[in-house]
Amino acid sequence: MDLNLTQEYEDFRAEVRGFLEKHKDSAPSRSDRSVRSKKRLAWQELLLQNGYAARTHPKQYGGFGAAPDALKARIIAEEFARASAPGGISGQGINMLVPTLLELGTDEQKDTYIKPTLAGEMVWCQGYSEPGAGSDLAALRTAAVVDGDDFVINGQKIWTSTAQFADMMFCLVRTEPDAPKHQGISYILIDMNTPGIEVRPLMTMTGFAEFNEVFFTDVRVPVTSIVGNRGEGWMVANATLTHERGMLGDPDAALGRLRSIAEIMQKEHIDGKPLIEDAVYRDRLVKLQAEAQAMKMNGMRLTTLSSEKKSSGMAGLLVKLQGCELNHQMADLAIDVMGEYGILYEDSPFIRDQGMWQTHYMFDLGLIIGGGSAQIQKNIISERGLGMPREPKPQPGSFKSGASKAN
Amino acid sequence: MYFGLSEDQIMLQDSVGRYLEGASELEAVRKFTEGDTTLADTLHSGMEELGVPFVLLPEALNGQILGGLGMGVLEAALIQEALGRHIAPSSFATAYGMAVVGLREAGDEDWLSQIAMGSARMAVGMTEAIGVREDAGLSLSGDTVSGRASFVMGADGATHFLLTTGDQLIVVERGAKGVSETALTTIDKTRNVVTLDLDKASAALIAGNNHAVALRKMIDAGRVLLAADTLGAAAMMLEKAVAYSKERDQFNRPIGSFQAVKHMCAEMAARLEPCRALVWYAAYAQDHVPEEAALMACLAKSHVSDVSKFVARTATEVHGGMGFTDLLGLHYWFKRIGANRQLLGGPEKLRAEAAELQGWG
Ligand SMILES: Cc1cc2nc3c(=O)[nH]c(=O)nc-3n(C[C@H](O)[C@H](O)[C@H](O)COP(=O)(O)OP(=O)(O)OC[C@H]3O[C@@H](n4cnc5c(N)ncnc54)[C@H](O)[C@@H]3O)c2cc1C
Repeated sequence: MDLNLTQEYEDFRAEVRGFLEKHKDSAPSRSDRSVRSKKRLAWQELLLQNGYAARTHPKQYGGFGAAPDALKARIIAEEFARASAPGGISGQGINMLVPTLLELGTDEQKDTYIKPTLAGEMVWCQGYSEPGAGSDLAALRTAAVVDGDDFVINGQKIWTSTAQFADMMFCLVRTEPDAPKHQGISYILIDMNTPGIEVRPLMTMTGFAEFNEVFFTDVRVPVTSIVGNRGEGWMVANATLTHERGMLGDPDAALGRLRSIAEIMQKEHIDGKPLIEDAVYRDRLVKLQAEAQAMKMNGMRLTTLSSEKKSSGMAGLLVKLQGCELNHQMADLAIDVMGEYGILYEDSPFIRDQGMWQTHYMFDLGLIIGGGSAQIQKNIISERGLGMPREPKPQPGSFKSGASKAN
Repeated sequence: MYFGLSEDQIMLQDSVGRYLEGASELEAVRKFTEGDTTLADTLHSGMEELGVPFVLLPEALNGQILGGLGMGVLEAALIQEALGRHIAPSSFATAYGMAVVGLREAGDEDWLSQIAMGSARMAVGMTEAIGVREDAGLSLSGDTVSGRASFVMGADGATHFLLTTGDQLIVVERGAKGVSETALTTIDKTRNVVTLDLDKASAALIAGNNHAVALRKMIDAGRVLLAADTLGAAAMMLEKAVAYSKERDQFNRPIGSFQAVKHMCAEMAARLEPCRALVWYAAYAQDHVPEEAALMACLAKSHVSDVSKFVARTATEVHGGMGFTDLLGLHYWFKRIGANRQLLGGPEKLRAEAAELQGWG
């Protein structure tokens, strides 16, 4: 253990701090959720110029071109969290598609897509799940058939986040119907303005339409839209799923939320006493703090492992499961300490923090389910992390099949 | 010893349940939450035909015939469980539960007879006796009251408000001079909650000179009824999760065949089932074991709230992405459970009270 940062890193921290001090008025509010707000795009541009977003992405594609340095990445995350400043735009395009293209895309794909994506001008959605293919993603049936220079796509996606705003979709389709299910899938890029695509927003429990159904009827995209080879889409997608799972458990964000809860508890009074003096709630708060710190330290350990190019093992596998659960528990505490005021919602009078804790409580439950459910995460942890035997595949005919008759 | 429901009690619960299954089906509730309030009126008259509002009303009080059914909090809790199960928009728990318990205890035959005749229906605001937030609290001066009652429940169809200054119980007429209402929006849109600001509004003390006892009984009964409501909602969520796990296939098998999913459902069942017996006993204690009434109300509501919070999230998880959407409407139950948890005292508050009641610090 040597936690002293060398002078280079101390200087870097000072530089980031100085930047945030100087530009804090340009930062959009963290609750600004609109995809294309001018302020967010301008902020993104500023971050790109200074290397606080897309830091290691090549310069030719609009990145900053710095050598990978996990410690600097941590310092940036910490300082932004400390200043309550929003970091660079994150989203499925930047976090999932860009790394995939860098690894497996053609030069033309890289040239066309990476720069506008990093700038936040090109918004992507992830078209993986289908009504019959959620946890069992490889059962997907949306078909792409080659016709001349085009793929012709027919089928349906579901739970597609941000599809209603997206310019583009990275999508898994079945191109080899006769191959075994994992080997018949291809990864293609689809312009959302192509004729034949219909997006229907789906309302969720939060009361917002966070995701959509997307229908494809004879949608034609050039065959050059494929990333990787035909039939290798499963492998291409798995490369990005790892990125998504990493994105869902940011420990600095968790610590930031924890501080907000402590503030509520200092501010809110019941029977004339601030809630922070209530031993029971305070105990719950500190318990979550310990867990959030454990996740932060686990994150620092991952940083070291990654900078030494070592495998992250169990420490990495647990991040999505534990991170999402922790967030959900924090929202739960915030609601409980607010008592009756904790159930106010939408534009209610007397509402606290715009009702965001209820939104978090529900949305974080969504994240426990989405991107590989908690149960699937536990399967992965036990099988890959602990080396436990896999559940045997059922014999054909063991179950009277209900919905999914594919494969 | 016989620990269980009588045939009459089972019949009562079944008949209310059967009625609600048709009348309060999801699409109707959905419309209600979107602003079409007819369902509440329909349910009110439907329940009236079944005699539901008269369950707790005495047959007669102080020589005055009231024509009630004279039943206990247990019967009311069974009805409330059915209401929770069908996420019914109804002010039964407050208007015909808490209010009647309080007035019965205080011996106020006048208000009770108005309730029996349908000329009074009371919304209930008890937060001021449970835990007062800033800017809230009522003070009585002569026959007027001023201040804020922050969370008044059951405002739909109410003609009066039954409120507390913390130790006294008063009735204020809805719409009277100096009474201003602010509607609140909560996550649970099947319920109608308001904040009242009172400025020298005329207030009538209810009868009797021992309001503290009436107040205590009212709150205890309210807690038991909310626990029953939560129990009904959670039991429904569990049933829905089990049914879904048998229908939904992934990896060429019903998801219910995965041990992970079975264990989620089994744990929900194992934790929820004892809540049913606890709610029965807590409700029974209200009328028959007075020395345990308050304690059992605290234990039942806090425990059922915690177990049902687990059921609500777990049943949602069993449904996968579908559980998170609005399509199946699962969230109406989820939110009802979430709202009940905070009303009339959250679990921590109730446990602190339970400890105090037993002289534990
Ligand atoms: C908020 C949110 C955002 C999303 N965004 C996107 C998006 O942008 N793009 C996209 O393509 N998809 C998205 N999804 C879809 C998400 O990836 C799926 O919901 C998820 O993979 C689960 O699939 P499912 O909903 O079909 O549930 P199912 O797979 O039907 O699962 C139902 C239940 O069965 C359990 N289960 C299933 N298989 C097993 C097993 N083998 N062992 C043990 N238990 C099992 C699950 O854990 C769950 O409890 C999103 C989902 C959510 C909730």
